[in-house]
Amino acid sequence: MPSCDAIVIGGGINGLAAAGRLALSGAKVTLLETAPELGGMATLAHLCMGLDPRLEKSLALADHGLVWAERNVSSTALSPDGNHIVLKGAFAETVEGSLSAEDRRAWTSLRDTLLRNAALLAPFKAMPPPRLARDHGTPLLDLLRNGLALRRMGRDNLREFLRLMLINVADVLDDELADDRLKGLIAFDTVLGHHAGPRSPNSLLGLYHRISSEVNGQQGAIALPRGGVAAVIAALAGAVRARGVTIQTGARVKAITAEDDRVQSVTLESGEIFTTSLVVSALHPATTLLSLVGAPVLDTGVVRNVRNIKSRGSTAKLTLTLQGKPDFHGADLRSRLVIAPSVRAVEEAFNAVKYGAFSEAPVMELLLPQAFSTEPDLGRHTLSALVQFAPHDLRMGWVKGKPAFLKAIMKQLEHFAPGIGKQVIAADLLTPHDIAQHFGAPGGQWHHAELSVEQMLFLRPGVGLAQYATPVRGLYLASAAMHPGGGVNGSAGWNAAGHALAKGGAA
Amino acid sequence: MKNAQLHFRQPLQTTPFHAHTSAANKLNAWAPWAGYTTALNFGDETMEYTALRNQAGLYDLSPMVKYEISGPDAVRYLSRLTLRDVAKLAPGHVHYTAWCDDEGKLIDDGTLFHLPDGRFRLCCQERHLPWLMDSAIGFDVRVRDESEAVAALSLQGPCAYAVLARAGFADAKSLKPFQLAEYRLGKSGKVMISRTGFTADLGYELWTSPDKALELWDVLMEKGALHGLRPIGTTALNMARIEAGFMIANMDFVSATTALRPDRTRSPFDMALDWMIDFNKGPFNGRAALKREREAASTQWAFVGLDIDGNVEAEHALVYDNKKHEVGHITAALWSPTTKRNIALAMLRRPYHAEKSGNLWVEIYALRELEYHKLMVKAAVVPRQFFNPARRRATPPGMM
Amino acid sequence: MSRYDAIVAGGGHNGLVTACYLARAGLKTLVVEKNDWVGGAAVSRSLHPGFTYSNCSYVSSLLRPEIMRELELPKHGLQILPYEGGAVFMKGGGYLAMYRDHEANRREFARFSPRDAESYDRYSRDVLRHCRFIRPLLLRTPPDPTSFRPRDLSELAFLGRKLFAMPEKDIYAMIRFWTMSISDFLDEYFETPVIKAYLAVSAIIGTALGPMSPGSAYVLLHHYMGDVDGNIGAWGFARGGMGSITQALMASFKAAGGEVRTGSGIEKILVRNGRTTGVALANGDEFTAPLVISNMDVKRTFLKHVEERDLPPAFVKSVKRFKIRGSSGKVNIALDALPRFPALPDDSPCIRGDMHFTDSIERLELAYDDWKAGHFSRDPFLDMMIPTTTDPTMTPPGKHFMSCFVQYAPPKIEGRDWTDADRDAFGQTVLNQIEEYSPGFKKLVLHAEVRTPRELEAEVGLTEGNIFQGELTFDQLLFNRPVPGYAQYRSPIEGLWMCGSSTHPGGGVMGAPGRNAAAEILRSLKKPAAMGEAYAVL
Repeated sequence: MPSCDAIVIGGGINGLAAAGRLALSGAKVTLLETAPELGGMATLAHLCMGLDPRLEKSLALADHGLVWAERNVSSTALSPDGNHIVLKGAFAETVEGSLSAEDRRAWTSLRDTLLRNAALLAPFKAMPPPRLARDHGTPLLDLLRNGLALRRMGRDNLREFLRLMLINVADVLDDELADDRLKGLIAFDTVLGHHAGPRSPNSLLGLYHRISSEVNGQQGAIALPRGGVAAVIAALAGAVRARGVTIQTGARVKAITAEDDRVQSVTLESGEIFTTSLVVSALHPATTLLSLVGAPVLDTGVVRNVRNIKSRGSTAKLTLTLQGKPDFHGADLRSRLVIAPSVRAVEEAFNAVKYGAFSEAPVMELLLPQAFSTEPDLGRHTLSALVQFAPHDLRMGWVKGKPAFLKAIMKQLEHFAPGIGKQVIAADLLTPHDIAQHFGAPGGQWHHAELSVEQMLFLRPGVGLAQYATPVRGLYLASAAMHPGGGVNGSAGWNAAGHALAKGGAA
Repeated sequence: MKNAQLHFRQPLQTTPFHAHTSAANKLNAWAPWAGYTTALNFGDETMEYTALRNQAGLYDLSPMVKYEISGPDAVRYLSRLTLRDVAKLAPGHVHYTAWCDDEGKLIDDGTLFHLPDGRFRLCCQERHLPWLMDSAIGFDVRVRDESEAVAALSLQGPCAYAVLARAGFADAKSLKPFQLAEYRLGKSGKVMISRTGFTADLGYELWTSPDKALELWDVLMEKGALHGLRPIGTTALNMARIEAGFMIANMDFVSATTALRPDRTRSPFDMALDWMIDFNKGPFNGRAALKREREAASTQWAFVGLDIDGNVEAEHALVYDNKKHEVGHITAALWSPTTKRNIALAMLRRPYHAEKSGNLWVEIYALRELEYHKLMVKAAVVPRQFFNPARRRATPPGMM
Repeated sequence: MSRYDAIVAGGGHNGLVTACYLARAGLKTLVVEKNDWVGGAAVSRSLHPGFTYSNCSYVSSLLRPEIMRELELPKHGLQILPYEGGAVFMKGGGYLAMYRDHEANRREFARFSPRDAESYDRYSRDVLRHCRFIRPLLLRTPPDPTSFRPRDLSELAFLGRKLFAMPEKDIYAMIRFWTMSISDFLDEYFETPVIKAYLAVSAIIGTALGPMSPGSAYVLLHHYMGDVDGNIGAWGFARGGMGSITQALMASFKAAGGEVRTGSGIEKILVRNGRTTGVALANGDEFTAPLVISNMDVKRTFLKHVEERDLPPAFVKSVKRFKIRGSSGKVNIALDALPRFPALPDDSPCIRGDMHFTDSIERLELAYDDWKAGHFSRDPFLDMMIPTTTDPTMTPPGKHFMSCFVQYAPPKIEGRDWTDADRDAFGQTVLNQIEEYSPGFKKLVLHAEVRTPRELEAEVGLTEGNIFQGELTFDQLLFNRPVPGYAQYRSPIEGLWMCGSSTHPGGGVMGAPGRNAAAEILRSLKKPAAMGEAYAVL
């Protein structure tokens, strides 16, 4: 029976981040991943919208092969008539294309406000969520410190910060801007990966979440690693291996055994048992607690709280293999292409998932990785698309629904890139249901648990579960469902491991 | 379906015994209990109480909330749900139990019956279906509310067995306290009899299907006449239960599922039910919280018996230390006719239940011809079982 | 030109409440009202011979008992009548009833789900817990979190103390509740669509939100935190219609020496050197006063009746972006006889309660989607009541007044103004829905008044027809209401105050904004206010 200091379950970015941090502390760590390859849901991403700098630095990812192909990927708001606008620099520092002077001014001012407000939230991401209780002074002090930072920003800015804390993005955009393309793109970015429409109250937080992150020290930037997001995973895997982490792929965990409320061992499907006193699970909390630990070991109230975690995935991933380069009315393909013609278009696309249907006119973000490559054009192009909105449970059933959804997506694409349909050699569509099945993430939600206000900070992913620790001593949660949420950044895993170490791991 | 929607005409349901209890209820003194119309008393609560302590009383127990628990994981499920180790409860036995929420606060107490066929029946005061169902997640177990499917009578008093024997259930003689067995009723009926009760006296509870309810009532009343059996209402039963020192959820403590103010909930340590807790049986609801409470000795309250000077009943009274400092309140009180003491059940802040219990006073508003007189009366903490006769435990049971 | 100590612009319930407290504190107070009657949106109108209509607001629960008592409203004729239960009629002929009797109600829910029947108790308990926290905040001025003034700090401390008096888990449960959608919240308790649909409507009435919009659970609280004689969450009628509330207020005001002028509204709030000097009416009359208190919504007050040059640009910008989208309409009907609903037994008490026809949250949400797209709902939600089953004073015996609150109706149809044809089509949609569940209903209709946001704005003056004088979302609640920096009933113009529902704690016939505004004004004048402590909850 092998034993080790710590077991990390799940080889996605958070599992790897947690394993890395534990290994840095000198622990003997084994990481178990069900799939034959590492990466988990990060393999669905085609861009990096924030990578935790603590991770990048401490694990020296650059030494393990992480190179950025593009540190500031531009975004193009596609227009069906070719009148695109291109947003360049971190979080659209400049806008190219036909945009009124008034909107340019308004955007500069709104961008400043949003970046300033988001920056205030950034420190929270690097700490465990504060607890709201009288007898937990330290995190409360952190909270107060941040509160003082708030006051330092000046009265008017603070008022604006408070007003824009829980507001929907549609109202903010309508208040400040006129251009549908710009508004559509920002609205899309706000709800990308979320179960929300731009009109959903509090939706602006989705945007804050994204632009409070940084890549390469640039707040709000979008970056493309050379070799795609897979290269981030590869570098991370190399880095943690170099620090002594044993990685076992193809190792599906069947059970986490606890005795007297204390973790004892991890059992694989294969029958292999690891005894350990510290388990950090990067699987969805519901999988970890209800399937691997088992509801009977937990108190009923905990089971209720876990089952109340909302995990509605509504983003699909489409990979098209194309014969030749697609033409989006002349848009520069070395850009992130966004189909989101207006706020209303995004909102109406969202309407469908409320009723278990997919959007008839979906909104999406497209990337042609080859456009960023220096390799010679061999004629075949891969188009990677993140498409919204599609429900996990399609009312008509995904067997019938998948071809229909693909048709709807192609129709929308055809609208923006006439003739693209004829270029398609192969199409691979992963619905939220497929994603859930393939990655074992209930609901197929990007962030495991929806990143909505009632599942943020001390409420993430549910009441009593926000501190990475579980009722089983020695078992910690490190999934994207934990604070501060998902994305290719590893913060949740890093925080969780740090918290486990601070609590003395198994003690 | 159409008829099912007419309950606004009769908000309270009637029990399977209603045809008989209503005929016997000379005063039409009814009160609601768990959604049913139940008799407060049938004509003379003093004589009903006296029958209970002297001969035998028959109490309609049907409104009691009853859940059937069955399936391969029933034992594991119940052990996780409740404080006691259900693996130790053999078929044919009953135990008194209680269950808590995650915080280790009491949801309810009740009796758990392990039926001869392996199923379990959980009887309690309040409804808990959502809690029981959510607690079943991860278990292969079936939970069903059988409150309406089971009619029940409580036959209590020194002549209880004599009545049973004469009514054709002489075999119940071998039942020890907290045992149960099934018996034939008439030609085709069945009745389950358990030696349980809420009076601290010799007594049995009889469980049957609603269609046999009136037949069971008839045979007991007819055969019991010789022994002075009479139907009793809730008033008389409540007198007996206070003498017995038994608690009732939402009368002596607020259930954790209904408490509006978080400080109203009580732990098993508060309610002196900690003897039930089996920390070694494996996981159960509230275990971690209760362990913390035990280790930190952080229990704040104590549910105790009080012996109060004088003879004025202390219902709803506040309890003081040294006549000044408020240290608790009385949850039930009675001049006990059987023990000739002025007794009460009380919730006291620790340590006024023990170390500092020497100077307790009870503030009573005594109603004397439409005027309240404020009395400050001395009280002493005593064991809660004010009445606990040997005949309660004797097997074979006595006949009188 | 007459001089007053204070002029209240607009005779709605909040304006009258403020006026009463000021008059009682000895201020020579004038209320000016553009209509020929006072009452704003709490009125009883005789729109068909012999019939009294509560043609705007139609039920009462939120009106603070402190105000009723302090202003002696019962003495001036106000009587609040609790009403019984309600029903949701379902597609296909069934219905869900709500009864005042706990057991009858439990058994009714149990017809659909025994689990839901019991979950309802836990649900009610949990909502009540949140009410206990929020209620004491209603009659307090929100602190300014950007201020270091002692009063703001002490109010913040009060909030903090109240919050941290709760167990940690309860704090989280409450913050979750505030920010969730009612749909998600109900999913944690119930499995039956019609039960969820019944409970969800309290979370969307009056709002520009759908039941799946986050934050809608808070709106539920807004409708639950009232009471009828201590029965939290209960609703009732005002005997004689909702106008009885404002008539009683007016009588109380006059008894305290107040003066009321109807028939001509404010044209201009006069400002000189950054402070108000009085008002000029549409008919040319001018009145001077060092204090002007506007009962009108914040947009109407500052964008229509104050010169923009007298206001700081940032404030004007804030006011312009204040969200006040109307979402509801009203159809008021005089009936020749009590309509029959074949699904209901003839002696059912449900007919005396609130009746709905929306039997799932999805239908509610779909109705909202129509609104988002700029249409009135094709399948609208109706909150239908027949107050005359309880109140004998509003119609001749045997005849009835029916009030249908309708959601959703947008302030504009696809960006253009409502036309009479739109209004009539809207009215027909409502009548058709009722007819579907009550065949022959239309034949009983003697007269119907259809009110869209257009009519509501034109008659009552509510901008965009929003019944709360501004949406109840977090960017417009507490210290953000109506706009950041001006949440304490003051405005940038000295002497000009706000007392309408645009201010904390928001809409409904509650009177709290009016009382709070009066408290602030009197405090600024260093005059004692005849106001007691807010009543405890339970």
